[in-house]
Amino acid sequence: MSQPFLKIEGLTKRFAGTGGSPDFTVFENIFFGIEKGEFACIVGHSGCGKTTILNVLAGLDEATEGGVVMGGREIAGPSLERGVVFQSHALLPWLSALGNVAFGVRSRWPRWSSKEIEAHSVRYLEMVGLGAALHKKPAELSGGMKQRVGIARAFAIEPKMLLLDEPFGALDALTRGTIQDELLSIVQATHQTVFMITHDVDEAILLADKVLLMSNGPYAKIAEIVEITMPRDRTRATVHHDPQYYRIRNHLVDFLVNRSKTYAGEQGDDPVHPPIVRPGLDGGARVVPLTKTPATSNQASPEPALRNASN
Amino acid sequence: MKPTSFWAAPILSLLFFAAFVGVWHFSTQQTLGEVTVDPEYAALIGAQAATGGQSAMPGPLDVGAKLWEHIRDPFYDRGTNDKGIGTQLIYSIGRVLIGFALAALVAIPLGFVIGMSPLIYKALDPFIQVLKPISPLAWMPLALYTIKDSNISAVFVIFICSLWPMLVNTAFGVASVRKDWLNVARTLEVSSLRTAFQVILPAAAPTIMTGMRISVGIAWLVIVAAEMLVGGTGIGYFVWNEWNNLSITNIITAILLIGLVGMMLDTLLAQLARAVTYKE
Repeated sequence: MSQPFLKIEGLTKRFAGTGGSPDFTVFENIFFGIEKGEFACIVGHSGCGKTTILNVLAGLDEATEGGVVMGGREIAGPSLERGVVFQSHALLPWLSALGNVAFGVRSRWPRWSSKEIEAHSVRYLEMVGLGAALHKKPAELSGGMKQRVGIARAFAIEPKMLLLDEPFGALDALTRGTIQDELLSIVQATHQTVFMITHDVDEAILLADKVLLMSNGPYAKIAEIVEITMPRDRTRATVHHDPQYYRIRNHLVDFLVNRSKTYAGEQGDDPVHPPIVRPGLDGGARVVPLTKTPATSNQASPEPALRNASN
Repeated sequence: MKPTSFWAAPILSLLFFAAFVGVWHFSTQQTLGEVTVDPEYAALIGAQAATGGQSAMPGPLDVGAKLWEHIRDPFYDRGTNDKGIGTQLIYSIGRVLIGFALAALVAIPLGFVIGMSPLIYKALDPFIQVLKPISPLAWMPLALYTIKDSNISAVFVIFICSLWPMLVNTAFGVASVRKDWLNVARTLEVSSLRTAFQVILPAAAPTIMTGMRISVGIAWLVIVAAEMLVGGTGIGYFVWNEWNNLSITNIITAILLIGLVGMMLDTLLAQLARAVTYKE
């Protein structure tokens, strides 16, 4: 069996109880994998530990138990191999847009000359449509533009994996749509591996290859992995015309509104192999636990076959 | 609120000034009353004393004339106790700047360390809390005894009084750098030296500058008192010397100049602070 590019194994976060009170477990036994070039979104209610998982992937936080393996090596501490786009954009306010991107580029390629660094940084800022605002300070940029600089900064170091912590959460709907489109086209062009937190179900469906659904904390778990079986060349303008769209959307919303509260390992699920569901496909909405299906079954065949079937 | 003209405030300032000078002028006006003593004695001691009507308090015109005299010839030197007021101010500014610069050299790196390390912060905090409220002049005898040089002792007093605001503000500024910015540096694998100079220093710079501005203000307050004690040169010594001469005109002139120099120092550091301030 081939190993996924990124493997999260038995991740658990516990806070020690103070004054004799029992430990507080945010999440436990989180297992999932992300393939190279795959776009994974994680969806769940506040407090289920999504950001903690992302911070562990970024190397900024440590899990109580379990570990993360990327490209065959265990993650220990932050690294330029993983670019992070922060929710609060986290731009350095005394540097211009160009300065902020160059700050990372200089770190990634310390031997480059200032000219090379600038040219590289400008290229990525132009990619996110900020060619005209290179020398503006973050305070002079709108919220959307600031987040674009954050995205350019993360992409410019050409990381093996991109981590996005609710990057569009603070933006208005119109700006969010535009940047989603830009992110979509950049990811489609670069085949970047992405792990993204979002609260927006439509955003997840538009961008992701698979959506990890987390149950509510404490003791949050990955309840299901929803595969988005629509063809990859989606656009925001047309995606909702796909017949699969509302089936997937209803499934996700159902989970968030109804099942996430009560979920506690339905059908005795094995946390190591969270059930994979494909609600977009006819008859795919039911839970398909991979390991519990005989190898001969169609449903356990590798995903490309299923995806082709839907096309 | 109605928009007011650009000139409204300056005109009002001038009016206040005129009113103040007017009151001053009339309250110190010499009223020659009847001569109550023997005329020969009166001629001897002067009309003012003889009438008992006036003290040595000068009016604004006297002070103005004195000020003009000092401004025309600020750097004269007629011996140890009679130097131009410009020379005295330069001595004082020099002491303040040397003491202040030395304090900055100690306070900013030390503040950085304290701000970065909660352990060192906790370990040094009791010392800082005890040393901070000590009047800088209380150090003077100790300084004179150990250093045995009045000039350096004055500089030391300036050093010790400038130290605390800069130290405390630097530590606070460094400790309260936004976690997000540090995380950015960490995820970009920026070296700790580069993080210190390119993330923490610019982030804490406005707070550090505020500390420097407070320090220079306190230093300028303290130098007058310190120079009154150590003597020799400086504007503080000038004031004390003129008190011994009972030249109130000179004292008022010096007070005015002390205020103006203090304002200049503050404006200078405010400009520097503006240069490092960023908008979030």
